[in-house]
Amino acid sequence: MRTRIAFAVFVALLLVAPAVLPPFYVTLLNYIGLYGLVALGLVLLTGVGGLTSFGQAAFVGLGAYTTAALSTGVIEVPGMFMWAQHSPWIALAAGLLLTLAVALVLGALTLRLSGHYLPLGTIAWGISLYFFFGTFDRLGGQTGLAGIPPISLLGVPLQRADQMYYLIWAFVLVAALTTQNLLDSRQGRAIRALRGGVVMAEAMGVDTARSRMVIFVIAALQACASGWLYAHLQRFVNPSPFGLQYGIDYLFMAVVGGAGQVWGALLGAGVITVAKQWLQDLLPALLGRTGNFEMIVFGALLILLLQRSRSGLWGLVTRVIARVAPPAKKTPPPPTAAAPLPRRARPPRGEVVLEARAVTRRFGGLVANDAMNLTLHAGEILALIGPNGAGKSTMFNQLSGVDTPTSGEVLFRGQPVTGQGSRAIARLGLSRSFQHVRLLPQMSVLENVAIGAHLRGRRGVLASAWRLDRYEEARLLAEAAHQVDRVGLKNHLYDEAGALALGQQRTLEIARALAGDPCLLLLDEPAAGLRHREKEALGELLRKLRGEGMAILLVEHDMDFVMGLVDRVVVMDFGQKIAEGLPDEVQQNPAVLEAYLGGVE
Amino acid sequence: MNFQIAALLAQDGLTNGAIYALLALSIVLVFTVTRVLLIPQGEFVAYGALTMAAIQAGQRSAVVWLLVGLFVASAAIDVVLNLRRSERAPQLRWLFAGKLVYPVVLLALVYGLPLATLPMLAQIALTLALLVPLGPLLYRIVYQPIADASALVLLIVSIALHVSMVGIGLLVFGPGGASTTPLVDVMLEFGAVRIKAQSLCVVLVALLLIAALYVMFGRTLYGKALRAAAMNRMGARLMGISPVFAGKATFFLAALIGVMSGVLIAPMTTIYYDSGFLISLKGFVGSIIGGLVSYPLAAGGALLVGLIEAFSAFWASTYKEIIVFTLIIPVLLWRSLTSRHVEDEE
Repeated sequence: MRTRIAFAVFVALLLVAPAVLPPFYVTLLNYIGLYGLVALGLVLLTGVGGLTSFGQAAFVGLGAYTTAALSTGVIEVPGMFMWAQHSPWIALAAGLLLTLAVALVLGALTLRLSGHYLPLGTIAWGISLYFFFGTFDRLGGQTGLAGIPPISLLGVPLQRADQMYYLIWAFVLVAALTTQNLLDSRQGRAIRALRGGVVMAEAMGVDTARSRMVIFVIAALQACASGWLYAHLQRFVNPSPFGLQYGIDYLFMAVVGGAGQVWGALLGAGVITVAKQWLQDLLPALLGRTGNFEMIVFGALLILLLQRSRSGLWGLVTRVIARVAPPAKKTPPPPTAAAPLPRRARPPRGEVVLEARAVTRRFGGLVANDAMNLTLHAGEILALIGPNGAGKSTMFNQLSGVDTPTSGEVLFRGQPVTGQGSRAIARLGLSRSFQHVRLLPQMSVLENVAIGAHLRGRRGVLASAWRLDRYEEARLLAEAAHQVDRVGLKNHLYDEAGALALGQQRTLEIARALAGDPCLLLLDEPAAGLRHREKEALGELLRKLRGEGMAILLVEHDMDFVMGLVDRVVVMDFGQKIAEGLPDEVQQNPAVLEAYLGGVE
Repeated sequence: MNFQIAALLAQDGLTNGAIYALLALSIVLVFTVTRVLLIPQGEFVAYGALTMAAIQAGQRSAVVWLLVGLFVASAAIDVVLNLRRSERAPQLRWLFAGKLVYPVVLLALVYGLPLATLPMLAQIALTLALLVPLGPLLYRIVYQPIADASALVLLIVSIALHVSMVGIGLLVFGPGGASTTPLVDVMLEFGAVRIKAQSLCVVLVALLLIAALYVMFGRTLYGKALRAAAMNRMGARLMGISPVFAGKATFFLAALIGVMSGVLIAPMTTIYYDSGFLISLKGFVGSIIGGLVSYPLAAGGALLVGLIEAFSAFWASTYKEIIVFTLIIPVLLWRSLTSRHVEDEE
C-alpha cells in the first residue's frame, strides 16, 4: 500500500516537473531518464542475474547510430525499403532488431562459459564498436552525424527538451514496471534462481542458459531504446558517448543505486548524473586544472560503498525508512485458492520407476561407482546407505542427471535417461533435495517452493512482463502454499528462507521438490540437522507420500530413522553394492557390519 | 609486402607480444590466487613509463606523494583497527614502522638526488621503488576488506580502482604523453634484417622475468605457497598460508611486472596517462586464450595478439584495434564449444 502511494507521488512529481522547473533541470531529468533506462537493464543483469556487461554503452550507440543513419539517409536502403527511410519509429524497430541479433550472438558466445567471459567479451565488443563508429566515414567518423529529424508523435514533432521529457520518462516507467512485473513471476523466479547456482536451478527444470540470455537481451534492448531517444533528443550523434568509459558509468549507476533493485537504478542514475555535474564544476576549480577528475572520486566512493553496503544506496534508503517508520506488522494472507494444477499420470504401485544398470563412474583412477545396480518401485522407500566416501552422493548425481556415468545405463520409467541432464529428467518426474541446502536465502519460503513448480507453468517472459500470467501464477503459488503447509512450515510462508533453522531449510527443500509433482523423490540426507519431533513429522510425511504411490530414494546416515521407515536398504562401500534387502536382514549382514564397524577377527 | 617489411612487422609484433605476454601472465596469476580480474594492471604500465620519463626529465614526480598517501592510509587503517580492538587488527610491529620509514626515505631520494643525471639502472630502480609498493598497498586498502566477496563484486571493484587510477594518473602526470631514451640505442644487422637492440632487450627481459617466475613457482617455498593458494584457497589457508600474504604477494608481483613492462615500452612508443588500459586489454585477450588458468597458453596467445596487431597495422591500420578485439570472438567460440562447464557457486 505504502509503495503504491509512493509510486503515485513519484509519477505526479514527474508529470508536473517540466512545468515548474527551469529548463536546465528538465534537461538534467532527461539525461537521468536516459541513463536510468540503461541502468535498469543492468540491474536485471547484474543485480538479479549475477552477470555483468561493460558493453551497454555500445548497445546505446547501436540504437543511436541506427536511427541516425536511417533517418538522415546517409545509409541508403534498397529500393523496396524506401518507405522505411526517414521514419524514426521504423528506425527504432530496426535498431531493436539489430541489437537483438548482436545480443543473441554475443550471448551465445559467452553465456555458456563461466562468469568472467561475459564482461571481458562485452569490453572487447564495446571497444570494437566504438572504434568502428570512429573510423567509418559514412557515419561521419569522429565528427559524427548531424541533422537527425525529431520524433513525431501523433503528428506533433518533439523538438524541445520538455517535449522529449514525457516520451523519455514514459519509456523509463514502462521499462521499470515491466521489469518489476517480470521479476514477480514464474520467469522472474527462474532468473532470480540463477544466483542460487546452476545445479539447483537446472534440477528444478529451469533452463538457466535461456534465463541468462533473456536478461542479457532485455538489458541490451533497453540500452538500444535509450540510444534511440538520445539521438533524437540531441539531434546529433558522435562516437564519444558510446565508449567503454560510459559503459563503466552505467555499471556504476546500477551498483550505486543498489544492484537488484528496480528503483535503485533510477536513484543511481540520478545520483551519478547530478554528482558528475557538480564535481565537474568543483574539482577543476579546486585542483586548478581541467580533466575528468570526478572519476577519481567516483571510483573511490564506489569501492567504499561496496566495502560497506553491497545493496547500494537504495538498500540504505529502505533500511532508514524501515527504521523511521516501520511497516505495520501484518502478515499477508496465504495465496487465494485457485484451480489446482493438473497432475501427471502416476505409475501404478509396484511399477519399476527407476532402474540403474551397471552404472560406473570413474574419476581418473578412482572408481566412485562400480557397476551399481538399483531398482526402485512406485510406492516404495529405498534407502541408500554406506560409510562416508562410499560413493552415495556420486550415485545420486548419476541418477539425477547432474553427472554422466562413464558406463552403464539409467532408466526412468523404462526410458533411457543416461547423460540427458538434470533438466530433462526433472521434466519426466524426478525431484530432489540436496545434501548441502541450496535455497535462495533472500527469497520468501513461498517463492522458493514455487521454483520447484517451474515446469508446471508455461507462461513466457512477455506474458509475465505484461501481467497476462496472473491466473497461472495464482495456481502456482497456491500449489506452493499447499506444499509448504504439507511439510509443516505454514507459519513461515513469507519469512526469508535464509532466516529458517537448518532443519527447516531441509524441510523446505522437500516442499520445493514436491511442488514439481514428482513420481520419484531423491532425498539426500533429509533428516540431518532435524530435531526428534521434526524427524517424526518427516517420517510421517514420507509414509504418507509412499501411501500415495510415490517412489522415494534416500541417502541417510541416521539409522534409527532409516530402519523404522524404509522398505528396502541398499548398502554401498568403496563404490560397490555390498548388500541389499530388508532393513532387518541388512542389519545382520556380516559384510555390512564389517564395512561399518571394521572386521571381526 | 617483401621480406624486410615482414621481418620488421614480426619484430614489432614479437616485442609488443612479449609485453602482452608478461601482462597476461600477471593477470592469470592474480586471478587464480585472488579471483580478482586485475583491470588496473595497465595503470601500472602507464605509471611506470610516465614515472621513468619524469625522472629522466629531472622532474620530482608527484607520484611519490601518491605513495606517501597510500602508506599513510594503510597505516591509519591498521591503527584504527587496533584502537577498535578488531580481531582483524594486525600487530603493530617493525612492519608497521617500515610503513612509516619507507615513504620518508623515498621522499628524501626523490627530492635529494639529481634525477636526470643518474645512471639509467638507478633510474629504473627508483621507478620500481616508487611504484611497486603500490601493488600490495592497494591490495591492503581496496581488496583485503572484501576478499571473500563474490567474483562479480571483485570485478566491479577492479573497474572502480582502474577508473580512479586513470584519474590520478591524469592528476599526477598531466595530459601530455611521454617517451624515454632507450636502454640501448643500437641497430643490429643480420644480413638483410635490421633489428633494434631495444626490441631484443625487451624480449630478453621478458624472458628473464618469465624464467624467474618459473623458478620461483617451481622451486621456492613461497612460490609453492602461492600455487597452493591458487589451487585451493581454503586448503592453503588450513595449511597456514595466509590469504592476506598471498594477496599482497601476487599484487606485488603484478605491480612489478606492470611497472617493468612500462619501463620497457616507454622508449618505443608514446605513453599517455590512459594508455595502460588498451595495453592491458591485449594482455587480457591473451589470458582469455589461455582460459584464465594456463600460463603457457596465455603467453602464447599474447604473442599472437602482438603479431596480429603488427600485421593488421600494416594492412588495415584504421581497423587495427577492431581486428585485435574481435579476435576474441573466435577464441570465445572455441572455448564455448570445447568446455563442458558445470559451473557452480564458489
